[in-house]
Amino acid sequence: MGAHHHGPAKGLSRWLFTTNHKDIGTMYLWFSFAMFILGGSFAMIIRAELFQPGMQLVDPAFFNQMTTLHGLVMVFGAIMPSFVGLANWMIPMMIGAPDMALPRMNNWSFWILPPAFLILASTLFMEGGAPAFGWTFYAPLSTTYAPPSVTYFIFSIHVLGLSSIMGSINIIATVMNMRAPGMTYMKMPLFVWTWLITAFLLVAVMPVLAGAVTMMLMDIHFGTSFFSAAGGGDPVLFQHIFWFFGHPEVYIIILPAFGVVSQIIPTFARKPLFGYDSMVYATASIAFLSFVVWAHHMYTVGMPVAGELFFMYATMLIAVPTGVKVFNWVTTMWRGAMTFETPMLFCMGFLVLFTIGGFTGLMLSIAPADFQYHDSYFVVAHFHYVMVAGAVFSMSAAVYYWLPKWTGRMYNETMGKTHFWISFIGFNITFFPQHFVGLAGMPRRIPDYALQFADFNMLSSIGAFIYGASQILFLYNVIATIVAGKPTSEEKTWDGAEGLEWTVATPAPYHTFETPPQVK
Amino acid sequence: MLRVSSNPVLDTVVKLVATAVAMFAFVFVVMVPLYDVLCDALGINGKTSGQAYTAVQAGVDESRSITIQFVATNNEGMPWEFGPSVTRMVVHPGASNDTVFHARNPLPRPMVAQAIPSVSPSRAAAYFHKTECFCFNQQPLDAETATEMPLQFIVDRDLPADIKTITLSYTMFDVTDMVSGSIAAR
Amino acid sequence: MLLKANRLFKLALGPVLMLLSLASAGALAAGSKVNQVNMSPGATEVGQRIYDLHMLIFWICVIIGALVFAVMFYSIYYHRKSRGVTPATFHESTKVEIAWTVVPFLILIGMAVPATSTLLEIYDFDDAEMDILVTGYQWKWKYEYLNEDGENVAFFSNLRTPQSEIYNTESKGEHYLLEVDEPVVIPVDTKVRFLVTANDVIHSWWVPELAVKKDAIPGFINETWTKVTTEGIYRGQCAELCGKDHGFMPVVVNVVSKDEYADWMEGKKAEAAEVRELMAQTFTMDELMSRGKAVYERNCLACHGANGEGGVGTAIAGSAIATGEVSGHLEIGINGVPGSAMQAFGGQINDVDMAAVITYQRNAFGNNMGDMIQPIDVYNHKRG
Repeated sequence: MGAHHHGPAKGLSRWLFTTNHKDIGTMYLWFSFAMFILGGSFAMIIRAELFQPGMQLVDPAFFNQMTTLHGLVMVFGAIMPSFVGLANWMIPMMIGAPDMALPRMNNWSFWILPPAFLILASTLFMEGGAPAFGWTFYAPLSTTYAPPSVTYFIFSIHVLGLSSIMGSINIIATVMNMRAPGMTYMKMPLFVWTWLITAFLLVAVMPVLAGAVTMMLMDIHFGTSFFSAAGGGDPVLFQHIFWFFGHPEVYIIILPAFGVVSQIIPTFARKPLFGYDSMVYATASIAFLSFVVWAHHMYTVGMPVAGELFFMYATMLIAVPTGVKVFNWVTTMWRGAMTFETPMLFCMGFLVLFTIGGFTGLMLSIAPADFQYHDSYFVVAHFHYVMVAGAVFSMSAAVYYWLPKWTGRMYNETMGKTHFWISFIGFNITFFPQHFVGLAGMPRRIPDYALQFADFNMLSSIGAFIYGASQILFLYNVIATIVAGKPTSEEKTWDGAEGLEWTVATPAPYHTFETPPQVK
Repeated sequence: MLRVSSNPVLDTVVKLVATAVAMFAFVFVVMVPLYDVLCDALGINGKTSGQAYTAVQAGVDESRSITIQFVATNNEGMPWEFGPSVTRMVVHPGASNDTVFHARNPLPRPMVAQAIPSVSPSRAAAYFHKTECFCFNQQPLDAETATEMPLQFIVDRDLPADIKTITLSYTMFDVTDMVSGSIAAR
Repeated sequence: MLLKANRLFKLALGPVLMLLSLASAGALAAGSKVNQVNMSPGATEVGQRIYDLHMLIFWICVIIGALVFAVMFYSIYYHRKSRGVTPATFHESTKVEIAWTVVPFLILIGMAVPATSTLLEIYDFDDAEMDILVTGYQWKWKYEYLNEDGENVAFFSNLRTPQSEIYNTESKGEHYLLEVDEPVVIPVDTKVRFLVTANDVIHSWWVPELAVKKDAIPGFINETWTKVTTEGIYRGQCAELCGKDHGFMPVVVNVVSKDEYADWMEGKKAEAAEVRELMAQTFTMDELMSRGKAVYERNCLACHGANGEGGVGTAIAGSAIATGEVSGHLEIGINGVPGSAMQAFGGQINDVDMAAVITYQRNAFGNNMGDMIQPIDVYNHKRG
């Protein structure tokens, strides 16, 4: 590869045809933020309708479309691409590689994503409306009883699955082949480790999701009966296949977040990460366990008692490696010399909220108790504590942490801290009361509710509006930084930071590590 | 480890693509059949065998009496009148029993239906043997006609001792369109 | 420290609210409370066991959480750079790692033991004294009592809350969205087995205070059971997303004494006999219209609108069907429109109600057809 020192091309073609990992990373990040705003606005509609009992703003059918699209857009449009963007930006810089291993495929894996979501969003304007069967799209509601737009939904799932697989192959190929001399596996930053494991999970389970939607397509259009009892199929089979994908998917979302937090906490504690090796092993065990716990999402479908017990025990086991991670982070902080800039605040927020979400997860794993929790707002609260706190808080931390390196400009610290506190408080006001209404018996995915749930729902809606508004502040802060932030050229933005990305110039040049660094 | 290319990046990519393709195939060739096998073996969902039972039981166990409940449900959009002739029977394990379900198509056009059996408790599914059942085949019925559909079954002598009642449920699905669709496709 | 204060507040909030609910749970009997914050032990022994298990796990989590957060906030407070500390450099300890792998594992075993025994009890279906077949429909429940005498009793249970309350033109009643036209009635202190299935998509039959939640899956039959120890009315909802009106198909269980139950069952059987008798009668227009209006509001209004103006379903006011041939109208009412949301009501409502509602549709909403349909007409239509 010739060392042509050229900058980016000009205009639109720079972005359309770029093979540069930083450009592609940037596009992923902006795309995911756009999807975050879109999915967030769906959430605002949901919370506005649930502000008080009675139907006020939307009809129940549209409400179901909102819950469905909120889930799909957030999981597949916001969270996953945001971490792929982060991987694109950071992995080559962290392992001392000049670019991703497959730059052209990298371009493709990004550019097929926007059309996929355009198709998904366009279903809102179709006859019969957008998919309204929940992001878990259980058959037969998503097959025999689906609106015609389900075919477009299937197509977009296929495309974004393909994008994820291509992105993952690229990440694995990069990590396995492009490390700088001396960068052994056990010297890799944890973010790289967690992404490597995540990428393997993606390659293993995205095809399973593709298989599930292909079966749906065949049932709908080609007369097969995979999921229809009438032709000898079984709707419960769908759930098994979906969750065989779905549970690893949950860890696909959370593992890179673990990686981010493992980078940031040592920086601001000014102390090396405690238990690096055990972090790697814990990540690998979580990934492995994720393949044998799927049916804990299905305790109420009527499994034999032996099955319930197996999945209960396996699920409880996940608490062990997850606990190890939390203990390691806390111990990293122990006897450090901490400061609390915005990235660290978000990591602290992550730690607190994720731990709470982990505990409710443990409660949910207990099959007999799950008969009460299942499909209630308790579950909604649980997975928002792990997903939002896990993915969104860590992603916010990552953006603040690396933004100076990306742009050569410092963000506004006061605004960053304000963003943190508003979102932390808003988040808790939104989701903490949902534990209560769930335990009291409020099912999820309902557009209207009984009167005894009214106060907590109103509180929850108020919190959601606060939380939603705080993201506008985030957007403003990021744009203000890019446009007019205080310039910085320090290679190490944070005095406690370690790693190759902090050895290159600030802002990071268009091409980095064209000559591989030597890692001690 | 096996290398498929001397270019290490290409080698990685080929292996990963193969993995992805294999996982896609895994859903169809492993998960679906495996699920069916497990359902048959463990009675998940109370699925019973779609094949006639031909083995011979070692004799009738007069010492035990099992209550069999019959339940009939029409799936959505199924206008047939459909139900058991008796709602419950008391039988001995090992003995062969007969009953009939009646069905009537009230519509002015011929229809085809498929009955889907399900047994509760699901543990009992593996011990509930049908030697003859209208659920083995699709049931065509002319416009505005009625029929009686036979069911012949044996409760296995090895039925776990704690099971005293077995519920056999049939859900009747309208498969007229499915059948005509596949005829049209031919 | 703002961080610390907020943290303490949050830490305190959960347990305090849970404790408050514990205190109140004892004082109150059946029914989900306003601003209830915790699971209800409900009215069954199994529910109590689930509740105890839930609280056990909850407190274990609270204790572990308090320890972890205490260490975390201690270090956030004392190990700050602004206090002039120098960071330590330690970064591993095998002993510690082993300890915090093994100890949680042992705690998990401690949780698994009661969880397993509770689960086994829930899965003990033996010796049920009666069976009820519960069928989920979009969007209502059907209950069929599989009586030992072979004389089964079946009825549908629809949401009773009027649209005017849902759409805020009238104030909402006490049991808004949790009230039905006909609750399922079961006797107290009796092990009742529920066989659960569905007619269309997957539903889930959930009554929190009976500690029962089971998915209703089309084509398959699931079972669950309850043995309620306190008489009362218990309310629940469908828990699995089942389409548009998933939020509008409540479950109401009326638990009565064994004697009352026997009387009620007699009444239902008599009622069925009465309907058979009514079938042979001829009704006046007024009788048909008032009965038809009630049937319409229960079964048709959600899709066709309060004034027949349509909605999810087509308009009835001035429609070709309601103003056309009687037989065509009957055909749609009885057999539905396959492939659409219009169900075949012939199997869901009796012939008297069918006759009344068809009459109502043909004469209300300005249709004014003037014709009357009698139960015998419905019967004859069904027989062809």
